[in-house]
Amino acid sequence: MTGRRVAASPCRVSCRVLSRAFVLAALVIANSFTSGAEIPLAQRQSGYEFMTRETRAMQDDDTTNPGMLWVLDGEALWSRKAGEAGKSCADCHGDAPANMKGVAARYPAFNAARNRPINLEQRVNLCRTEQQKAAPLAFESKDMLALTAFIGRQSRGMPIADPMNDRTRPFIEAGRDMFFRRQGQINLSCAQCHDDNWGGKLAGVPIPQGHATGYPLYRLEWQAMGSLQRRLRNCLTGMRAESFPLGADDYVDLEIFLMWRARGMPVETPAVRP
Amino acid sequence: MTHADQSPSTTRRSVLIDAARIAGGALLVTALPGSGSATPAAMLGAMKKVMGEAPLRKGKVKLELPPLIENGNSVTMVVSVESPMTAEDYVKAIHVFNEKNPQPNVISAHIGPRAGRAAMTARIRLADSQKVIAVAEMSDGSFWSDETEVIVTLAACLEVL
Amino acid sequence: MARALINVPPKAKRGEVIEIKTLISHEIESGFRPDSVGKLVPRDIITLFVATYNGQEIFRADLHPAIAANPFISFFTVATESGKIEFKWTGDNGFSQTETAAITVE
Repeated sequence: MTGRRVAASPCRVSCRVLSRAFVLAALVIANSFTSGAEIPLAQRQSGYEFMTRETRAMQDDDTTNPGMLWVLDGEALWSRKAGEAGKSCADCHGDAPANMKGVAARYPAFNAARNRPINLEQRVNLCRTEQQKAAPLAFESKDMLALTAFIGRQSRGMPIADPMNDRTRPFIEAGRDMFFRRQGQINLSCAQCHDDNWGGKLAGVPIPQGHATGYPLYRLEWQAMGSLQRRLRNCLTGMRAESFPLGADDYVDLEIFLMWRARGMPVETPAVRP
Repeated sequence: MTHADQSPSTTRRSVLIDAARIAGGALLVTALPGSGSATPAAMLGAMKKVMGEAPLRKGKVKLELPPLIENGNSVTMVVSVESPMTAEDYVKAIHVFNEKNPQPNVISAHIGPRAGRAAMTARIRLADSQKVIAVAEMSDGSFWSDETEVIVTLAACLEVL
Repeated sequence: MARALINVPPKAKRGEVIEIKTLISHEIESGFRPDSVGKLVPRDIITLFVATYNGQEIFRADLHPAIAANPFISFFTVATESGKIEFKWTGDNGFSQTETAAITVE
């Protein structure tokens, strides 16, 4: 594995700095017992708490939050007729603020036809292909981000629903396994940073707990809106681990685990993060 | 940089500004594309373009930037200038310069008595820890300024993710 | 058409100083970023932002690559009369966009 570069991952200056820091961190952590200790529910904090005052102010004000540009686009798309069926989202779902409250807060959700959980993007595409008879939207496309931001906005402030039940349990467990699995060139797990070392600093940057409360969100680093899967790919690349293609089941397992981990925390979509 | 006159004010900035005036355009250094960094000299050159021979005074302007910037891609900057904003006494323009981005200009905002208040907010990019200077151009031809040193922990402008 | 978000108080008192907030969707490609093969991505920025109030210019800004993507600019103006405040952004590659907001001044 030495010398092997993760494909399609141009390494920024900060990646190299982070890599060195990760190696140092890994050396320190390597011999300590990873208890898999999860953060007690009462101690959970959103990434919002780790940001500067100025970035928080950007998120708090709908007139200045760059994510609102995508929400507004999503609002327009909601009423636009599409596909051979010539239907818009509104034709079936009606007024979004009235009818889509709480929807984003309970995704990923179990889908009987696929016999596994699917995330909100996949649900949108099921509607597109099966109801509107339209082409699915590409993951991370402007339209997909706009629609999911608009739908997510309708759940803002609501607590993330606990997704655990008999049908979702095996997938949440699979996501949990991935969260605790050491992987990549540095043999690092998500838990080692986000459960064991949150609040510390890595290359001068605060380590948050990693709760996915505000997706899709405007990341200053991207200068654009992005989904949770985009962020997960960034994480895996930073860990020098293999990332999956967008839409992979592995991501959705991890997403539903993260939602379970963040159960009860308020939805912040569209969030702003550094 | 030194200059011949024994000025009572020996702050680094005033020495540089005086040196810039003496050396004229010779200090203007063109930042090469992709080189990733301009210089304090380029910033002085850009300021001289706006100010000409007029002296730069410190005061009346308040430049607000977070001292510790977590991402240089988008930094909220507030500039406000003390002024009655009447037809006889107002702020004509606010110019912002930086010393380490690939090029020294950030924004030039032209206002007038109709503004009521000489203040503006913009989101800017800062490529590195550096000095940022806000200059107010007044209706009487004078120039006033404020400057801030910021620390940027993640840079903008450099590489595509 | 880029998405824009304008915030102008719908009502104001005559003589009141109001704050206007503007946000527009635009990548503001600086021209200084190399792509994944090392070639510079060409510059594509907004160069000028002008606001007029019933036809009279109240704010004009020259923008440079140092402006962050999805530019946010806020400024102040005196509410003089009811009417229209128009915002125009122009830039590289023929970019041009106009938005308007109505204001009632009593």
